[in-house]
Amino acid sequence: MGVFSKSPWILHYDASSCNGCDIEVLACLTPLYDVERFGIVNTGNPKHADILLITGAVNEQNLPVVRTLYDQMPSPKAVVAIGACALSGGIFQDCYNVHRGVDSAIPVDVYVPGCAARPEAIIDGVVQALGVLEEKAAAPAGRGEGGKAVAA
Amino acid sequence: MGTRTVVPFGPQHPVLPEPIHLDLVLEDEKVVEAIPSIGFVHRGLEKLAEKKEFGEMVYVAERICGICSFIHSAAYCQAVEGLMKVEVPPRAQYLRVAWAEMSRVHSHLLWLGLFADSFGFESLFMHSWRLRERLLDVVEATTGGRVIFGSCKVGGVRRDVDAETGRRALQTLAVLEAECREITGVFEKDSTVRRRTVGVGLLSGKDAWSLGAVGPTLRASGVSSDSRSLGGSAYGALDWQPVVETAGDCHARAMVRARELYQSFSLIRQALEKMPAGPVETRVSGSPSGECIVRLEQPRGEVIHYVKGNGTRHLERYRVRTPTFANVPALVHMLAGYQLVDVPVIVLSIDPCISCTER
Repeated sequence: MGVFSKSPWILHYDASSCNGCDIEVLACLTPLYDVERFGIVNTGNPKHADILLITGAVNEQNLPVVRTLYDQMPSPKAVVAIGACALSGGIFQDCYNVHRGVDSAIPVDVYVPGCAARPEAIIDGVVQALGVLEEKAAAPAGRGEGGKAVAA
Repeated sequence: MGTRTVVPFGPQHPVLPEPIHLDLVLEDEKVVEAIPSIGFVHRGLEKLAEKKEFGEMVYVAERICGICSFIHSAAYCQAVEGLMKVEVPPRAQYLRVAWAEMSRVHSHLLWLGLFADSFGFESLFMHSWRLRERLLDVVEATTGGRVIFGSCKVGGVRRDVDAETGRRALQTLAVLEAECREITGVFEKDSTVRRRTVGVGLLSGKDAWSLGAVGPTLRASGVSSDSRSLGGSAYGALDWQPVVETAGDCHARAMVRARELYQSFSLIRQALEKMPAGPVETRVSGSPSGECIVRLEQPRGEVIHYVKGNGTRHLERYRVRTPTFANVPALVHMLAGYQLVDVPVIVLSIDPCISCTER
């Protein structure tokens, strides 16, 4: 078991989602799914976070917020895009104000499909992100994302 | 005194599941003014009506918000049915009531949890959400979805609830109703809850009315206004009364929602029991033209859907006025004069839904 699999801290941000996936992310933390028993903690502070969970397609207004949150997180870090909108823009991809998914703003490591994504799928996404974190931690310095957001 | 400090609140903030930004103008700890700025979840989905056919827009309408999802799709369908003079079969009307009330129970339990979290009562938050999962099981059994029901369509509903599923749903709901009494009792009587909420965020009935507040925010200030009284769907044939409280503070707003849980359980029971046999949808042909406005009661208050058709498969204009939009002026009014520590409690007391509001 690696360092990160013991207690990954999670930051959740709603980048223009419809709330459907957001309440499913919250449902993961509550008694039925209860990911805290695995040491997974939801934090509001990006500088404490290992994994960024993003829902929604990213729009003009929150693009800088998403990039700032990503830059503020310490390396190594993993990004999990949750729901159809975060993957591709989903049902909103033809809207004038939205980008086509989170990977148009920052690098994404794990994609969780669904509308809305089910809690089981979200937990699976986080577990996969743990593997990504281990890989990034093992990689020599300079590899991986390096803490820089890519240009859209 | 006299020195003013501006504290930014949001868009990414631990107490907010959704991004909204408030500039809080403070004198020491006291809030003098709250200036909202929005747009973090704006998608521009009303304009999608030009690209998607009126039948496909139901999916978009349902995704205006993942919490109030079903009632948005029902309001959109009712508006288009109004344009096209479609008669919805009675069984579908009753099913719409049952699902709308299930979405109210899910939303209110979710809110009661978040509200408890806003004043640091973590275990109450967890219990509310634990109970909510029971309700989601019923939703999943009857619609196939958890938060996005996907069961409404223009002309009726997409699936029927057979007698056995209905019977089992009512059994689960009866157990859930009994368990809810425990947590709503805590919201009503517990001294820590009362200390944080009684007398906080006062809104008089006159102010609530003149600022255009809707839903539980308005009803907690003693004004009996509920768009379900218009008798749409099957509400006219069912037995219920709007829930009204008079104190006008955060505690009263919580109590309105707590008491509405039982009202919704009763409505679901009545709807599933009185539901007549028959088809659940009418075939819809042609293209909508003209204008129609529909008002329905969301968990957060009255929502207005406006549609305008021009005789093509695409609507010319689709417009939604959401309850949170109507409640923001009342919120800004409520915040002034309270301490910074009370801001999360007061903000949550209107049950803000930013995703609806910005669309």
